[in-house]
Amino acid sequence: MEKSIIFSGFGGQGALFAGQLLTYAALDAGKHVTWIPSYGPEMRGGTAHCTVVVGDEPIGSPLVRNPDMVVAMNLPSADKYEPIVKENGLLVVNGSLVKRPIHRYDIDAIVIPANDIAQDYGNIRLANVVMLGALLAATELLPLEVVEQALEDHLPERHKRLLPANKAALHEGAQFARTMLPTEDGFRARAEKK
Amino acid sequence: MAIAEPITQIAPDEPKLEEMEIIYQRPEAVAETYTHYCPGCTHGIIHRLVGEVIDELGVRERTIGVSPVGCAVFAYRYFNTDGVEAAHGRAPAMATGIKRAAPDKVVFTYQGDGDLASIGGNEILHACARGENITVIFVNNAVYGMTGGQMAPTTLPGMVTTSSPYGRDVKLQGAPIHITEMLAMMPGVAYAVRRSTHSVAEIRKTKKAIKLAFEAQLKGLGLGLVEVLSTCPTNWRLDPNESLNFIRDNMVPIYPPGDFKVHDELKKRR
Amino acid sequence: MAKELWKGNEALAEAALRAGAEAYFGYPITPQTELLEHMSRRMPKLGLTFLQAESELASINMVYGAATVGARAMTSSSSPGISLMQEGLSYIAASEVPAVVVDIMRGGPGLGNIQPSQGDYFQMVKTAGHGDYHAIVLAPSTIQEAIDLIYDSFELAFKYRTIVTILADGSLGQMMEPVEMPEFKEWPEERPGWALTGAKGREPHTISSLYLGAENLEKLNLRLQKKLAEIKANEVRYETLMTDDAEFLIVAFGTVGRIAQSAVRQARENGVKVGLFRPITLWPFAEEELMAMTRRVRGVLVAEMNAGQMFEDVKAIAQGRIPVQFTGRMGGTIPLPDDILPALDTLIDSVRSRNGNKPEPTRAREVSA
Repeated sequence: MEKSIIFSGFGGQGALFAGQLLTYAALDAGKHVTWIPSYGPEMRGGTAHCTVVVGDEPIGSPLVRNPDMVVAMNLPSADKYEPIVKENGLLVVNGSLVKRPIHRYDIDAIVIPANDIAQDYGNIRLANVVMLGALLAATELLPLEVVEQALEDHLPERHKRLLPANKAALHEGAQFARTMLPTEDGFRARAEKK
Repeated sequence: MAIAEPITQIAPDEPKLEEMEIIYQRPEAVAETYTHYCPGCTHGIIHRLVGEVIDELGVRERTIGVSPVGCAVFAYRYFNTDGVEAAHGRAPAMATGIKRAAPDKVVFTYQGDGDLASIGGNEILHACARGENITVIFVNNAVYGMTGGQMAPTTLPGMVTTSSPYGRDVKLQGAPIHITEMLAMMPGVAYAVRRSTHSVAEIRKTKKAIKLAFEAQLKGLGLGLVEVLSTCPTNWRLDPNESLNFIRDNMVPIYPPGDFKVHDELKKRR
Repeated sequence: MAKELWKGNEALAEAALRAGAEAYFGYPITPQTELLEHMSRRMPKLGLTFLQAESELASINMVYGAATVGARAMTSSSSPGISLMQEGLSYIAASEVPAVVVDIMRGGPGLGNIQPSQGDYFQMVKTAGHGDYHAIVLAPSTIQEAIDLIYDSFELAFKYRTIVTILADGSLGQMMEPVEMPEFKEWPEERPGWALTGAKGREPHTISSLYLGAENLEKLNLRLQKKLAEIKANEVRYETLMTDDAEFLIVAFGTVGRIAQSAVRQARENGVKVGLFRPITLWPFAEEELMAMTRRVRGVLVAEMNAGQMFEDVKAIAQGRIPVQFTGRMGGTIPLPDDILPALDTLIDSVRSRNGNKPEPTRAREVSA
């Protein structure tokens, strides 16, 4: 098994941290894993993304052209990555910011109002963890508990007081993904396949 | 050809040499060797002054000298201390590396005007900004000596060199750089003075200044810089005596000797 | 020891400290700046020398200075900064003092960009500084390997009194991987005999790269060449993957070396007998080992993140016996298996048509059913 995931969003939305969290969790679960960010000017307010590759064997390429999964936290990210998600791959989209329908019918898609859910937990900046929860619920990447533990271990010290809220947001994201589960067809974005 | 017997006695009535009191000799910190400097060049005098100061301070065995590229490129051979030869202009950077890695050593650079004021301008500027605890001997003879007399950043206005054959035109080629005045402004500099070699009195003052610059280092006060006006009879196309007069008459008016920065700790010493 | 997640640049810095680095001089440049920042945090607390220099010119000459007193000194930079350091590197090589240099390569020429590249192969492996010299050039493909290589670097540098370069690219500097960090190395207090320690109870030592007189300078050069021959004999490192039965060979180093592993596995799934040769020391290059391999395979594909720099060396080693082709990406684009596999197919086709056969249906890039 080797899976590649791209996390992408506006700088400050926490896409890079969501990827790191998954990376820490993969490490704790004894997987091989790489995390590589986009770096440079994008970090200062533009779109930031990172690529995580998780596998049972040593990772060859830390970058991929067609990721297995994409977590798109804003519209530019959805526009950029929807076309390149691998066939039968998964796209998790922040429905609070992406108001357009999903165009691909050959991928699974979860449209989750991550900002709204995060707001319910008192902090819009939890949207990244909400989306990570949704990603984990919809895949067999890693158990949710491992990521929960990674949160405990790696949430920056200055954010430690937000740990309960983070955990709750993670579960809420997962729960949302499960409830929109039509099992047979997965999360196929377009029921009407052509 | 027979080699002459060494002279051991000057005249029958005089005492033998070995019986005479030694009142002047080569400083231990200056190597017993020939130098390649031209007749009438004052590098030899400045070397000697540095050597005397190192001896007087008793630091020869822990001194590391950093030589420049320029006429003094072989200075590391002429001092009886450990020494390195830096790339052109980089002596202050190299000295920084030495002093930071071995703070117990006494570190000095010996640089000419092309090396320090032109290609190495940034290195000396930032060594001063950091207040590196080193001593810098800056020999200014207003010309690139080793390469055969081209215009230096310190060349005087109107001065003819092989690369300013019509005389330095300040409108085209810029005005002379007053390095020591400039660097004296920096807080990291403990001591910044200009001295000269054109008379015995000036040479004595130069030695005092070099000593204070080394003392600044020993006290950990910051960078000590002594600019020394020096001759270049070969490239100035003057005889040694005329060269000394050239310093007095032409260089001193542009580059007046003086104290531009003296740390309070050093004032007490004088 | 438990694995920890480290960013490449910070891992290199920490591993250098554990290897015994005593003095670091550097200048900020993306994508290596985290290395300098890590040193600025750690070294003062460890009682070591950290200094941010005014330029790369200054930092390499500070390293040169610190090296002359026998200190374990290092710097790091990225391509344009390394270009500025070439002067100092030539002086250090001629002076035969040890130094460690990390180059986290970015796209060029010129200011280029800050994306990953392998465009410094020429300037570091062939050496862009003037005169005849070589540094030992180590090219890691993972963060763990980067740690392991820099951990050895001061010992190599001091053993041969030479420059040791870690040549990696921006992606390796920026990425994170689980790694094991080694323990701090013990070094003797005493400085080596050649170091400048003050002329106390001995004749003065001088360190210089100036040798006037053709005879003197030739003597230095002969000595340097002898040393380089010794390094060549002792220090070659490389890795192979699935080469035993390989008909075709991919040669790649660093990040492309690890990406090529994925390409090789994919091609194998499609029935193509391809192996990987990954040089770890770019200088000295595993010439004999690669030459032996080029006698067994039918064609070689060189993959790099440049326009074909190592390619020139591989061609020279193959000596025209078999086709050697190149694939690469530039400008900060990383060649992925999707780039490498079609190039492999082209190689296979050209080898077969050269032998008068029609192209066979085996395609490396086809996705296996």
